[in-house]
Amino acid sequence: MKASLWYRIVGVIVLLAAAFVYLFPSLTSDLPEWWKRFLPSNKIRLGLDLQGGTHLVLTVDVDKALENVLERTADELRREAGEKQLALAQVQRVDKSIEVKIESPEVRSAFEDFLRDNFPNLAVADSQTRNGVAVFSLKLTNIEERRLREFTVEQALETIRNRIDQFGVTEPIIQRQGSQDIVVQLPGIQDPQRAKALIGRTALLEFKLLAELPDAEAYLSGQKPLPPGIEILTGYGGERVGRRVEKTKYLVESKVLLTGDAIADAQVRPGSQLEGPYVALELTPRGAKQFEEITAANVKRRLAIILDNTVYSAPVIQERIPGGRASITGNFDIKEARDLAIVLRAGALPAPVHIAEERTVGPSLGRDSIRQGLISVIVGGSLVVAFMVVYYKFAGVLADLALILNIIFLMAALSALQATLTLPGIAGIVLTLGMAVDANVLINERIREELRLGRTARAAIEAGYERALPAILDSNITTFLSGLILFQFGAGPIKGFAVTLCIGIVTSVFTAVVGTRIVYDWLLAYRKMERVSI
Amino acid sequence: MELIKPGTNFNFVGNFRRALVFSGLLIVVGALSLTLRGPNYGIDFAGGTLVQVRFKQPTPIDEVRKALAGLELGEASIQDFGGNTNGGSEFLIRVPVKGDHLSDFSAQVTSALESRFGKDSWEIQRIETVGPRVGGELRWRAILAVIAATLMMGIYIWIRFELRFGIGAAAALFHDVLITVGALSLANYEFDLTIVAALLTVVGFSVNDTVIVSDRIRENLRKSRRDPLEKIINRSINETLSRTILTTGTAVLVLLALFFLGGNVINGFAFTLLVGFIIGTYSSIFIASPIVLFLQGTAFARAR
Repeated sequence: MKASLWYRIVGVIVLLAAAFVYLFPSLTSDLPEWWKRFLPSNKIRLGLDLQGGTHLVLTVDVDKALENVLERTADELRREAGEKQLALAQVQRVDKSIEVKIESPEVRSAFEDFLRDNFPNLAVADSQTRNGVAVFSLKLTNIEERRLREFTVEQALETIRNRIDQFGVTEPIIQRQGSQDIVVQLPGIQDPQRAKALIGRTALLEFKLLAELPDAEAYLSGQKPLPPGIEILTGYGGERVGRRVEKTKYLVESKVLLTGDAIADAQVRPGSQLEGPYVALELTPRGAKQFEEITAANVKRRLAIILDNTVYSAPVIQERIPGGRASITGNFDIKEARDLAIVLRAGALPAPVHIAEERTVGPSLGRDSIRQGLISVIVGGSLVVAFMVVYYKFAGVLADLALILNIIFLMAALSALQATLTLPGIAGIVLTLGMAVDANVLINERIREELRLGRTARAAIEAGYERALPAILDSNITTFLSGLILFQFGAGPIKGFAVTLCIGIVTSVFTAVVGTRIVYDWLLAYRKMERVSI
Repeated sequence: MELIKPGTNFNFVGNFRRALVFSGLLIVVGALSLTLRGPNYGIDFAGGTLVQVRFKQPTPIDEVRKALAGLELGEASIQDFGGNTNGGSEFLIRVPVKGDHLSDFSAQVTSALESRFGKDSWEIQRIETVGPRVGGELRWRAILAVIAATLMMGIYIWIRFELRFGIGAAAALFHDVLITVGALSLANYEFDLTIVAALLTVVGFSVNDTVIVSDRIRENLRKSRRDPLEKIINRSINETLSRTILTTGTAVLVLLALFFLGGNVINGFAFTLLVGFIIGTYSSIFIASPIVLFLQGTAFARAR
């Protein structure tokens, strides 16, 4: 009896020491060097709702990426069929398939062989003959489509990670969720709008020629239908007309001469007073060669530099440009120029991304939440502590000791498991305070019952703990189960609540059942306690 | 100190019918409020954008309205969020979701505020944007989670006790959730994720009481095999009454602290727990245990 008592006392002391080791880093701002080397130095991790920050769920528009791929495949098909002298009447993308029309029956069988040899990623989904014209509907094979979807999301993830790394955020979380979502968490970020713009931008850079057409005004105003291969794009800047800014419009040839893939590096350069900073591009060797050819072939024409379908500038090509250098101007401020350089370096997203969910908390709201949470913990805790002493006298003091021990263990466990403390998590701690006394209430009520039956102090205490135990375990297991469901269901802050709830249940059962029993056993063994103050 | 004197013997089971009428009334009132006013979904479930802005100086709501007038925000609503703790003003700006994809409303709102009030006189406290797809998914998952939790509690009690105890517990839990949801609607709280978390906690807490009472019923059944079940159930509830009141009491104490001091963000959460805990305690006494009695002699009860 006495030996087992001392084992338990030593056990609790060891646990307390361990708890202190895990809690200490959160209590002090400067840890001694030797501590960092040998002992855990992680602080309790605060959720975004407490420290401020942005939580984003981005959906990658995979369908758009598939359309782009089909568009490109249709181009290739047209070109290769031309090289092989295969007379295809029409090749065009229709939704998620490529429609090919063939007039002569001989070409038809040759086409199927051609397809099998050159485009193994396409499958004939449907073929029929309308008025003597064979119409093939081609689709990406299932395997190919799945691979592409996977690849698109992975590449988007990689690109976004690159951009965030270059933007400079401490401890960001960037991960996939489900089949086409990406979760981004940026703790402590000061300018969420800027970060969002940086992440969400497709950043597809294209070089195209401005069209040289007579009657440009008529096309721009929509009076004349656009000729094939020509499109209208808006400019980045524009002229101020009254309160609105009138964006410049450009007639641009649709053919893409060069894309962002050709960029090796992008840097911000301070420009003249008038123009502001600009972004200097350095092209890859292959890109440089292409750029030289393009400029040589189009001297005196205007080359449009287009980012996400917006024309940033359209300088006149004065001469052939060797060396692979280009620049993007556009009256940027320094931040805009910096972000532009980042997205150009990190590369374009393979498909547009849409914000499916955003949760941003400003730093001051986070601080308020912590303060209010602490006040409720202190006030709620004091009320319970006072109530227990009034109601149970000495046994109430014991229950209060267990409660304090419970808070210490709970916080230490949060720190040790590196679980995230959120605002609902703090609410969970407050709730644990109220519910942790339940075990002691059960025990104390039982002891009172046994005493009323005329048992001695020792017998009453033993029976009280023993009889209360099944009910304590059952009731805590059910709450724990609902905590698990909560953890499965919830995201972010809710998970934080579920975690504190579950840890709190474990620690409270331990402190209430094991912790208080030690004191009684000690009193019974060494103080010959004969009456219970309860 | 003793709140409930030993030997107290209230006739809880005998009042089952009255309790049923009372509970039925509560459920009907709540359901009426829910159907007449429609469920008040927050951003989490309805989708849309919410921007909470704090101004350092007192700012009239009309000024904010004017600042946002230029945007095509549709049915945007601006609500004074009080919070004049530092002499400033705080507003909630809500934009309902339109179409399939979200435009970046929060960016539009911030740039509109910037052009009217400059950069330093205000700050963003909170932005929440939930797309329609996510909103629908979350709503579905929330309902599933609450149902799963309730059933799981019933099954656990079935395994630990008997099927009829499980049925009684599950019925009591559905009862608690229904009434709490009705109360939320009556008090005009929005349903969001934290409310669902609170509801799940209510389920976990409310089953506690049921477990404690069931445990005592089982114990008393073993002790006195002769007594009619009704008497045993009543005695068991009375014997655990002191504990029930105490535990709910301490939980309500801390929840009151949370409700009044925890701040705006946590307010609905604390309210849900307060109502749910009180109803949960009531239901384990007046609903769950009598059901055990009424299933006596049916296929759900083990023969004694």
